[in-house]
Amino acid sequence: MDQLSVDHLLGIQQLTPQDIQLIHTTADQFKEVINRPIKKVPSLRDITIANLFFENSTRTKLSFELAEKRLSADVVNFSAAQSSVKKGETLIDTVNNILAMKVDIVVMRHPNPGAGVFLSKHINARIVNAGDGAHEHPTQALLDSYSIKERLGSLEGKKVVIVGDILHSRVALSNIYCLQKLGAQVMVCGPATLIPRHIKDLGVLVELDLKKALQWCDVANMLRVQNERMDISYFPSVREYVQQYGVTRKLLDSLDKEIVIMHPGPINRGVEITSEVADSSQAIILNQVENGVAIRMAVLYLIASKIQHHD
Amino acid sequence: MPESNTLYLYALPASMSQKILLNAAQIDIILHRLACQLIENHNDFKSTALIGIQPRGTYLLNRLKKMLVENYDVSNLKTGLLDITFYRDDFRRGDQPLRANSTEINFVVENMNVVIVDDVLYTGRSIRAALTALQSFGRPNTIELLTLVDRRFSRHLPIQPDYNGRQVDALGNQKVKVSWVENAGEDAVYLIKTED
Repeated sequence: MDQLSVDHLLGIQQLTPQDIQLIHTTADQFKEVINRPIKKVPSLRDITIANLFFENSTRTKLSFELAEKRLSADVVNFSAAQSSVKKGETLIDTVNNILAMKVDIVVMRHPNPGAGVFLSKHINARIVNAGDGAHEHPTQALLDSYSIKERLGSLEGKKVVIVGDILHSRVALSNIYCLQKLGAQVMVCGPATLIPRHIKDLGVLVELDLKKALQWCDVANMLRVQNERMDISYFPSVREYVQQYGVTRKLLDSLDKEIVIMHPGPINRGVEITSEVADSSQAIILNQVENGVAIRMAVLYLIASKIQHHD
Repeated sequence: MPESNTLYLYALPASMSQKILLNAAQIDIILHRLACQLIENHNDFKSTALIGIQPRGTYLLNRLKKMLVENYDVSNLKTGLLDITFYRDDFRRGDQPLRANSTEINFVVENMNVVIVDDVLYTGRSIRAALTALQSFGRPNTIELLTLVDRRFSRHLPIQPDYNGRQVDALGNQKVKVSWVENAGEDAVYLIKTED
């Protein structure tokens, strides 16, 4: 029987290429479901899912919540801003309190890398990582690779460049793992200060010149500059960043091929990419958002299938 | 005396592991009969849709469709494929198939006469799931069920076929296997005794 090799989705690093393929083929069917007049299936009607967001999130939380509701799961939401975390409660205590209310799956975003791994070892529920610090954001990488596959047919031999703030990005790390497992070549591009020092050890190419990177690639995934994670200045000014690493229509027209533009959102229009590029037919940004719900439905469905039913 | 289209197989010798229930010629006759029965009830198929259950009902659906169009001049026949994986009632209960097949219903079934097509009717649970799944595509006027093989006396739910190829009385440890030229190189229905 087709099953995931893991019990929790903690990161792409732990997944096999077959796991990723299974999630993608399952998402194909959920994508059809969410385009029906009635966008709901009863699969998870006896599963309760807690969304624990210890860090701000709008679209990931919305996307997970929609995915859960379209699978008919019961959903409880928790965000750190209104919680006892501020009163000094530990992570395990917070989560155990929620689990005492009989929760089967925990979807968690946390500012500390490895929070999901830690939790999976100490509590009796399945964990889906919705972003842990600058470590991994597995569902984003799954939906990014799915969206590329949808546009280009396959990832085998494709060239993908990830542009921007690689240092603070969990999207970058998860994407590198995922794309490589699916047979794509990966390059990172950005200011030298925002490229982690040993990133070449992951088998990725590094390019500091944006034009050369775009000329090389089939797909450019533009990351947001994460000002909130920057404790010091990594580049002189936003204006200078835009001049060096902003993608404009003119720059795309100067290439001798048409590349696909992606962005995990939220977009800083006029910084990473101009409005003209974001709204062009080369951009698949809104496809990414739609695919996000289908991918998260597939992940939750496959993770839930491994929870044995108790009579 | 048993009815003419019923097979009684209680006394199969233990050594026999596979027995042919229907050969290609018999299947062809049955398909023609089923096609004619559909025409009798659905006239010009104007507001009728045939929906095959994934994965195995699709072969039967395609055969019936071909026959209706080529041998009986039915035009504008609406057909679709329905996958019931996400509607099954045995999710998280053992070895149920998890990988879904595609659903291809490019029309709304509101006020239509739907005929669900599947190869073997056994417990009825797949058809129960299909009835729930169909609700996502609108409110049909009627829903009927067409099967090639009906394993009667094996039902878990009050579900019966409206159009039926052959009734079979098979034991719980026996399996009815339908082969098609398209997937196995021959048209045949076998009764297989499984080891248990």
